[in-house]
Amino acid sequence: MAGEAGNFDVALTKKPRYVNESICTGCTTCAEYCPVKYPDQFNQDISQNKAVHIYFAQAVPLVSYIDESCIYLKEKKCRICESVCKQKAIDFGQRAEKREVSVGAIILAPGLEPYDPKVRGDYGYGKMQNVVTSMDFERLACATGPYEGEILRASDKKHPHKIAWIQCVGSRAVTPGSNSYCSAVCCTYTQKQVIVTKEHDAGVECTIFHNDIRSYGKDFERFYERAANLPGVRFIRSYVSIGKEDPKTKNVSIRYATPDDGVKEEEFDMVVLSVGLAPPAGFKGLADKFGIELNSHGFCKTEPFNPMKTSRPGIFVSGGFQGPTDIPEAVFTASGASSQIGEFLNFRRDRLTTERKYPLERDVSGEAPKVGVYVCHCGTNIGKVVNVPSMVEYAMTLPNVVYAKEQLFSCATNSAKEIADLAREKGLNRVVIAACSPRTLEGLFRDTLREAGINQYYLEMANVREHCSWVHSKEKEEAIQKAKDLIRMSVARASRLEPLQEFDLPVNKAALVIGGGIAGMTCALSIANQGHHVHLVEKEADLGGTARRIHATLEGMDVQAYLRDLIRKVYQHQLIHVYTDATITDASGYVGNFATRVKCDRGLIEIKHGATVIAVGADIYQPTEYLYGKDDRVMTHLELDEQINKGDERVIDAESVVMIQCVGCRNEDRNYCSRVCCSESIKNALTLKKKNPAADVYILFRDIRTYGFKEDYYREASSKGVRFIRFEPQDPPLVEAVKDGGRSVLRVTVTDPILGKKLEIDADIIALAAAVVPTPGNTEISKLFKVSLGPDDFFKEAHVKLRPVEFGTEGVYLCGMAHYPKHMSETINQAYGAAGRALTLLSHDTVVASGSVCDVNEKQCMACGHCIKACTYGAIDWRQTRDGNKALVNPILCKGCGLCNSKCPTGAIQLRHFTDDALTSQIDAAVPDEEKVIEQAYAAVGAV
Amino acid sequence: MSFEPKIIAFCCHYCAFAAADLAGSMRLSYPSNVKIVKIPCTGRVDVIHLLKAFEKGADGVYVAGCLEGNCHYIEGNIWAKKRVKSVKKLLDDIGIGGERLEMYNMSAAMGQRFAEVANEMTERIRQLGPSPLKRNLSDESNDGCEETCSTETPERSTVEV
Repeated sequence: MAGEAGNFDVALTKKPRYVNESICTGCTTCAEYCPVKYPDQFNQDISQNKAVHIYFAQAVPLVSYIDESCIYLKEKKCRICESVCKQKAIDFGQRAEKREVSVGAIILAPGLEPYDPKVRGDYGYGKMQNVVTSMDFERLACATGPYEGEILRASDKKHPHKIAWIQCVGSRAVTPGSNSYCSAVCCTYTQKQVIVTKEHDAGVECTIFHNDIRSYGKDFERFYERAANLPGVRFIRSYVSIGKEDPKTKNVSIRYATPDDGVKEEEFDMVVLSVGLAPPAGFKGLADKFGIELNSHGFCKTEPFNPMKTSRPGIFVSGGFQGPTDIPEAVFTASGASSQIGEFLNFRRDRLTTERKYPLERDVSGEAPKVGVYVCHCGTNIGKVVNVPSMVEYAMTLPNVVYAKEQLFSCATNSAKEIADLAREKGLNRVVIAACSPRTLEGLFRDTLREAGINQYYLEMANVREHCSWVHSKEKEEAIQKAKDLIRMSVARASRLEPLQEFDLPVNKAALVIGGGIAGMTCALSIANQGHHVHLVEKEADLGGTARRIHATLEGMDVQAYLRDLIRKVYQHQLIHVYTDATITDASGYVGNFATRVKCDRGLIEIKHGATVIAVGADIYQPTEYLYGKDDRVMTHLELDEQINKGDERVIDAESVVMIQCVGCRNEDRNYCSRVCCSESIKNALTLKKKNPAADVYILFRDIRTYGFKEDYYREASSKGVRFIRFEPQDPPLVEAVKDGGRSVLRVTVTDPILGKKLEIDADIIALAAAVVPTPGNTEISKLFKVSLGPDDFFKEAHVKLRPVEFGTEGVYLCGMAHYPKHMSETINQAYGAAGRALTLLSHDTVVASGSVCDVNEKQCMACGHCIKACTYGAIDWRQTRDGNKALVNPILCKGCGLCNSKCPTGAIQLRHFTDDALTSQIDAAVPDEEKVIEQAYAAVGAV
Repeated sequence: MSFEPKIIAFCCHYCAFAAADLAGSMRLSYPSNVKIVKIPCTGRVDVIHLLKAFEKGADGVYVAGCLEGNCHYIEGNIWAKKRVKSVKKLLDDIGIGGERLEMYNMSAAMGQRFAEVANEMTERIRQLGPSPLKRNLSDESNDGCEETCSTETPERSTVEV
């Protein structure tokens, strides 16, 4: 790689595949005949694959390649694959290809590597057959895994009935070869594996040996409880060591300790090592090649207040190379890095874009319905419960169905192509996909229909996953019957669908950002830097939000200096318009065309904008516990931070400070973890220790959740003498104000689970790690912009993992603590992420509006006006015709709710795509004909 | 064989259908008797759809929309509530029984509630037994009597008018 920001020249080498990918059909005949068996790398070397094979079932492109185990490549023998390939796709003449590309900016997204316990021989891995890593287990449990989703032991290929997971393997340890940081994802993925294991076989006993349980992510606390409450699941807090392997059964014994029973040894059929995350392979070479710096752990070194910026201008980083990270954060940074590049290369925007062309739509109006049905296995998600081949067979018996087929993953690129190709080949004019929820993938499959030259509204989906296989897994017979019912209903509905056209709406190029904290300001700047007007509204008199109360981050960065700079940039930006003391009184409109009324320092104004970003932040819980509000020596962790920085002598000179964690959350009222408090308390503890090394600092906690690199500070606090005492939620600390020998103290009584004794600590100051709580205004904002809130009243994103910065409602985006409590660096990641998503809308001139809107049959309209009164959006008006007034729908304003349709006495107004005809045909098909007693009766008397 | 009711649930896209999806992701188990017809808003559900459902063999029907005050389309669910109320009365009048029809409200986050409602409604209809439209006919048609069938015809016309 050479050049500089804006003009990089990158030389790429494409390794030979020895298969011509443009003609390979992925039929795998070559693999069938290949004589070379070789450990399958994708399946963790557990099963064998051939020298010529497809890397994995959902690989893109889904074509074969030949790897280094091929005996022709090694010894010039064989070439069987070449002769069996009907496509003549095998090409041993291929050589490595060199390509040079010129780019303006680079994103490094090399991901991470699972930690390899073989290197150090941890816990008998590599020596004992039934000790596997969590990655091995992940493959074992997978439908496309080594045993097709059966979890089998390596030693005897039998199902394990007693499985142990050992947490923190390779993480949170300073021994050579291990990583000192917390890998951040293992607690939750282990819980997932436990739940999946129990779904495979409810009788399996699952035991998890863990340290702290770090379910700090959104909805993770509930997920943890769900796993922990399953019958036969034990979570045991203990360090463990591997005992011996039984020479006969190959079972593995584990030694562990519990407070009640002391040291115990227990035998397990299988042991899973929850391995952590390490930097990507070859990270040093990568850093050298791109001229970027790494941090001490081998991950990318980034700017403290911009975690996507590397040490070299023009090169950005996203995903796991930032550090151990979960999927939503990886998605924030993917979108965020692209937004930063958008800012950087804005002057060259649109120079290389080409418009996507679809084939001409076939006119099928004169044809009888010809329905194609595709039933998806979804790996084993559907197939394990519902017998997919029998569904295909059943579908073929339904009226109008001319073709039916099963697919492993209908959403895979190759499956979508198959649907489009078959639709053309078989002359299909309607397609039913029996798979997951239309709420997730309807868009994708509609696109598939367009590719096939079929109107996209001829698609219908039967949700046999969320509404069937996932909820009826225990009653397979009933699930199969229901899946048939759902497919029959969908086929009936599909037969009555009509082709519809969509509209292009102009996009207002401005954005409204609600909330002037770090999230809102960062997002506003990124959007404005890409040439769009941004209206930034803040309810307070000043910008800054919660960050105004924080002086430094755990990593030691000066928050106030950063904030001042950020506020200055916002005010100086000529495209950003700031409104303070603002309240939103009304919001109307839709994607690309919102109108929002704001009461603010400038009076009552109306803002027109195309995109909306919700960045309203969060509040801090006002504790009622532990004498808060009754004794001024009890404060929240934020107040403690403020007092330390003010130099309050009571705090700085305190002999003893006690911090109590999880105040106001991880309880029945707020069943979530506030994510930031452990790190905040450790930050305060370290600052106090620095200012007054003699002070006794205690942190009373339930689990310390310093995930990722923050773990190092936890270790530092321990080494500096901060004392950590764990308590159980059912036995919380007790705080009382007492006088002891003339000294007035706050006496904290807490049970130490290790000593099994009550401890009394006399404190001068108590700091409560008060929960981060949603702001009361969330409800109002959610109503105004028609977006939803989750069970804890934080805003609910469109998809937890895959669409974490946007809403189901188009044109509205989300970032910062309005989404969930998070650290500043995470907020910045998400703020850029939201800007990136908003830009994908704002950078277009038009947005496409649905074809599913209302339409009037004027002949039937008798001008009663009911529809006009019914429409909340003012989308219907009178049109004067020769036959008098008739109702007329403005399709751009129509939202497609169908209220008018149900009010119309003559059926003149119909909601397209949900016409009476389509709905009644679906209702009609809900009960199989043979069970419709009443119809049989009519038939008998000739009444029908 | 014990009676297993056929139940049709009209679920709005934004809340109840989403709640059903969530119940799926949460792997909550509920009776398989419930089949969902997706509609954009419960305000789209018309009297004819509810009656057709019974005519076409459903033993129970319910409409599930957003929580009151939270309708994605402002007040579609309020309209649905009124409509359900009037059809319940009609069902009472014609002998099918209004308790076979119900209106429920839930948010997209209430997967648990979706499963509860499915349980509740299935249990209710199991108690009530097959729809009278079916019961009369199936009981009496066992006798092979055409006369009983014709006695049903007026009822059908009552329903459709």
